[in-house]
Amino acid sequence: MRLLLLGINHRTAPLELRERVAFGFEQARRATETLRQQLAEELVILSTCNRSELYVVPAEPGEGTFAPFEEFFTRFFGVAAEMLDGCLYRRRDLEAVEHLFRVAAGLDSMVLGEAEILGQVRQAYRQAVLWGSTGPVLDRIFQAAIDTGKRVRAETELGQRPISIASVGLQLAHRVFSDFRHREALVVGSGEMAQQVAEQLVHRGVRSLWMVSSHPERATVLANRLGARAVSWEELPGLIARPDIIVSATQVEQPVLSRRLLAEAMEQRHNRPLFVLDLGVPRNVEASAAELYNLYLYNLDDLSAIVEENRRAREQEIPRAEAVVAEQLGKLTAWLASANSEALLASLEQHLEQMRQQVLVRHAAHLAQMPPQTRALVDALTRELLDGWLSAARRNLHRARTWRQKLERLESLRELFGLDRDHQ
Amino acid sequence: MSLGLTVATSVFYALSLLFYIRLAIGDRRAPRSMATLLLVIGLATQYLALLQRSHWVHSVPYDDLYGSVSLLGWFLGVIYLGLELFYRQPAVGMFVVPLLLPLNWVGLHRAGATAASAMTRGNLFALHVTLTMFGYAGFALAGLLSAAFLIEAHGLRGHRPGRFLWRLPPLETLELLSRASVIVGLLAVAAGTTCGLLWQYRLQGRILVADPKVIATLVLSGLYGLYLAVWGARNWRGTRASLLCVLNLLLVLFSYTAVNLYFSRFHRFF
Repeated sequence: MRLLLLGINHRTAPLELRERVAFGFEQARRATETLRQQLAEELVILSTCNRSELYVVPAEPGEGTFAPFEEFFTRFFGVAAEMLDGCLYRRRDLEAVEHLFRVAAGLDSMVLGEAEILGQVRQAYRQAVLWGSTGPVLDRIFQAAIDTGKRVRAETELGQRPISIASVGLQLAHRVFSDFRHREALVVGSGEMAQQVAEQLVHRGVRSLWMVSSHPERATVLANRLGARAVSWEELPGLIARPDIIVSATQVEQPVLSRRLLAEAMEQRHNRPLFVLDLGVPRNVEASAAELYNLYLYNLDDLSAIVEENRRAREQEIPRAEAVVAEQLGKLTAWLASANSEALLASLEQHLEQMRQQVLVRHAAHLAQMPPQTRALVDALTRELLDGWLSAARRNLHRARTWRQKLERLESLRELFGLDRDHQ
Repeated sequence: MSLGLTVATSVFYALSLLFYIRLAIGDRRAPRSMATLLLVIGLATQYLALLQRSHWVHSVPYDDLYGSVSLLGWFLGVIYLGLELFYRQPAVGMFVVPLLLPLNWVGLHRAGATAASAMTRGNLFALHVTLTMFGYAGFALAGLLSAAFLIEAHGLRGHRPGRFLWRLPPLETLELLSRASVIVGLLAVAAGTTCGLLWQYRLQGRILVADPKVIATLVLSGLYGLYLAVWGARNWRGTRASLLCVLNLLLVLFSYTAVNLYFSRFHRFF
């Protein structure tokens, strides 16, 4: 296999540099076109906010070198080669494949186990297929990477437990309410955290959302953007009994939600459960409100402790995720071994011999009537015919000038004769 | 009851429990449907075991306390399975299956032979007993679901969700499941009791409710009716209603064991 990986990510480069060498959609298309014409036989560009990576099967014969691709990187983005010094990483063959598998699994992400990266890998591959820049090598490797990502998510808890304050808070609310579509919510505040939570509430399909802030204009803009309703501070006490989820993330001297206010709200709600997230510093909700019946109150400290616990739980899943990666890598190695044409030819020979024997058995009655010399001749002729086919197949495989050509021919043989894909 | 079938049932239940626990602790390698499948097989083998027991003793399983307790366990499993399939919530299985295991073994015992009257062989009588038992199984399931509710609510209020709390159904769903079980239980008990009273009327030309079993059933029905009433009422919904349901379960167990053991002679009309 001749696979090269050249990349930059959050571990090797600061944000400013990552921003400069990120491939937008149009840039990725242009880069693919240029590289395919000049340097690459197959190419996939994976570009996210945390990484820019080129997966290349080089066009030049031999093992291939990174230098022309590094040069392309600096030229394409107009950055000095010195700026990239120490920031670019280079992997070859199985190391490159392993890196891609780990990326798809979320093991190489800034937020361990994040879900988005698998979609981004899939998107990058689809785009490359559309642009016609993939081939048998990258097709197989990217499909295996996507499988790896899916398996890690299905078989481990790596990405299961939330590790952001907002997500943990809302997941806890989900422990109380089964479906947000029947629930109403109120967000107090209009800062970054309040925005984040409000967006997630809308994303999770909350039936209606109110927003209240000490900056009414900001609350109005945010509410309009999210299809929510902005209300004034004065309306808050009258409204407090309606929502099932209250998130408060504002900066105030005194608690916005006192125990008395919440007790009255619970009274009006006939003690239907109320979930309150206090994300403010200093706290926005009077702590003793947690004693109220059917009221679930979580503040930043409570959530931080759970975030930490979840983060540790995700870390504990690393060995299991790594095991999946190793297993997938093993499968790919087996496939690569089967790309060894001799193994496939042996399998083909066995297959053809089986077919020959079946024909002989089918015509056994006719053959039995023939003299022994004629029977031996039929046997020898059919064997010679098979040997001829096998020699032709062997010759054709050996004549393949590139790795890609060889793999294409092997794949054709496999499909024509229904040979096992993972056959070694 | 056949030891072989009882052991096989226990093995299936134990394996099913293992898969339910793996689901609860988030072991995603376990196929999601494996626990349910094993439970279905376990219920099928327990059914065969009960059938065999009936052939051996020439009577129905509820002819003695041990058989009836085993049948109650089977009903409990069946109702749970129905709810799990309907609401697609396998996380509660780990609370239910541990109860099925001992109830299955109880069926191996056989009380001293008491000649069953020919009167107890009619359809009405069979309906009376099986429906009442089915209802009791519904109550027992509601109690277990409420126990799960209390554990989850305690973890949430104590800000210690732990590892497996994330796997439990939401509190709202647990309440819903519990309520559904109580409704199934109440309807079945009401129908079963009506059949029993009709049977008694046919037999004796009168209806007498002053015997311990009927009284226990009426008290339990009243308490579960109260549970349903307070479920939507202010100050009771949630933890308190669930607590009431768990206490009711204790009464169900008392009614099923103590009343059956010590007062059943008052509940014979032939």
